[in-house]
Amino acid sequence: MKDSRIFIRMSGLGGQGVVTAAHIIGVAAVKDAKYALVNPFFGAEKRLAPTESYVRISSEKIYDRGEVNYPDVIMIFHPHVITMGKSYTMPFYQGIRENGTIIINSDEAVAFSDEDIAAFKKKRLSLYFVPATKTAMSISGTALATNIVMVGMFVGITKTIAEESLRESIAERFGAKKFVASGSTAALDDAIKKKYAKIEQLLESNFKAVSEAIKLSSAIKSVI
Amino acid sequence: MSKKNPLTEKPLDYMLFKAKREKQFITGSEAVREAVRRANIDIAISYPITPQSETMHLVGDLFAEGYVPEYFRGENEFAVMSQVAGAAMAGARVFTATCGPGTMRAFEVFPMWSGSRLPVVCSFMTRGINAPLTIQPDTIEMAFLLETGMIMLHCETARDIYDFNLAAFIIAEEKDVHIPVGVFMDGFFVTHTRELVDIITEDVCLPKYNPQAAPVPTIDMETPPARLMRDPFVMKSNFVSYVAHASWQQEVRAAAARSKKHIKKYLGELIEIENPAAPTIIVASGTAVSQAREAIKLAKEENIDVGLIKVKVVRPFPKDEIVAALSKAKKIIIPEFNIAGWLAKEVAAVLPDNGRIVATPRVYGGMTMPPEILLEDIKQAVRKQTQ
Repeated sequence: MKDSRIFIRMSGLGGQGVVTAAHIIGVAAVKDAKYALVNPFFGAEKRLAPTESYVRISSEKIYDRGEVNYPDVIMIFHPHVITMGKSYTMPFYQGIRENGTIIINSDEAVAFSDEDIAAFKKKRLSLYFVPATKTAMSISGTALATNIVMVGMFVGITKTIAEESLRESIAERFGAKKFVASGSTAALDDAIKKKYAKIEQLLESNFKAVSEAIKLSSAIKSVI
Repeated sequence: MSKKNPLTEKPLDYMLFKAKREKQFITGSEAVREAVRRANIDIAISYPITPQSETMHLVGDLFAEGYVPEYFRGENEFAVMSQVAGAAMAGARVFTATCGPGTMRAFEVFPMWSGSRLPVVCSFMTRGINAPLTIQPDTIEMAFLLETGMIMLHCETARDIYDFNLAAFIIAEEKDVHIPVGVFMDGFFVTHTRELVDIITEDVCLPKYNPQAAPVPTIDMETPPARLMRDPFVMKSNFVSYVAHASWQQEVRAAAARSKKHIKKYLGELIEIENPAAPTIIVASGTAVSQAREAIKLAKEENIDVGLIKVKVVRPFPKDEIVAALSKAKKIIIPEFNIAGWLAKEVAAVLPDNGRIVATPRVYGGMTMPPEILLEDIKQAVRKQTQ
């Protein structure tokens, strides 16, 4: 599959918004007039349990479904995915394609084994540590905005989708009255909406988080 | 001079082929909701089980919006399927959905639906069966349901989910059919996957179900005695009761066979064939078809010519169609998302020279089927063929 396809695998902990992040990216890609397929993978939904979601984006129709085994981009929402094995894929970078990109939410560098580093180099990967939770706390005042910052970092680093489409997608996800989330996701939605008197404020905060993420991403260099 | 209204003349024709549609980026579960929204059902009954829960939750939203007049949650799947039977016996158009262990719990009721000639439409969001416990996609429950007498449609995409579910009501209610239709969709792989689906935007819906036109009488609870069990042969042990039971089972299967013409009318051929002249052909159903499409693309890059048969209808099994389409194939690859390989068995049972079948890959337990794995099996089959 060496066409225009970008396959993304996102791993995180239940409650971090991994599924919502995939949704936002997928909807934005469709707004960019691309094909997209989005799906989550999780167990009996528990907070802090391993959660993965996948986005497939292409200019052509995509048939492939299910887990992404050979991703172009891997987004890690929490260092525990790597350090505590909270992942469906071990090691977390298994199957990544050559010249692939890894974006890890961590304030400090995760210590990798020599074997891991050799694997990164062999595949000529780019690896970025991004302070997504820290940024979410400082801009939005809540760790629940981590996923929004991660989405911003993704767009800033990979330039895969247009910033404007991303904003529209976020507005739809949090502003639209009719969106149906699963039970526990709906509870988290309520939790974050309660923090803001009006949905407009939540959107405003998310837009600020995205802008800040994109701004920060330009200064973040690959550590490989 | 009155103009004929296409919606009253041929409602499903109009809805499936003519009504205005718009692309929506939705999940398979939402596609079920959109189908039920326009299906004019009388009642929906639910019991949650992942990955089905979201679907009946969404149908519950339709109740809140006023599209579904009656909705309740039963005590468990056995209760729900029995309640669904009761509603259908009373002449209601009814919808429910379940999956995996829920399917197993309710099992006794499925052949009863068929035997009672109930036009129930049930969606199955296929999931693995215990133990060990899993909530992940696996089509093993379809192996169990093959002999329940119901019509079985297997969806590949959310678009299939939408069209098959809408058509299911009308096919189930045809006078010469009038048996249940199971609409199967692979859990998570389609139910929880968001993709672009053409959804009807016009203000149209199916006409109401007319129980007076049914081939079996409805139960009228206000005119006693209400017969809860039709023709209870078990009460008599004599030649007539044996023959009646035997012929009735034949009749249910004949009803399924008669559904073919209706299925063709609304959903096209029972199988879809691509590149039938290829020496190697993949036969698949559900999302294994999608994975096959990707593998065929990969094979093409390596100059390997592979055809595809998408089996949309599992019951009534499209025996003649499959045999004809495979008449020239040298190798037949059947990838499946279950350990039993029920599709391979079905094909092997009807195919002359079934040594041509390569019944791999088989993925079960919830994992995906990477096209790259399927490509390896294609290459191996082609190598053996040229040896």
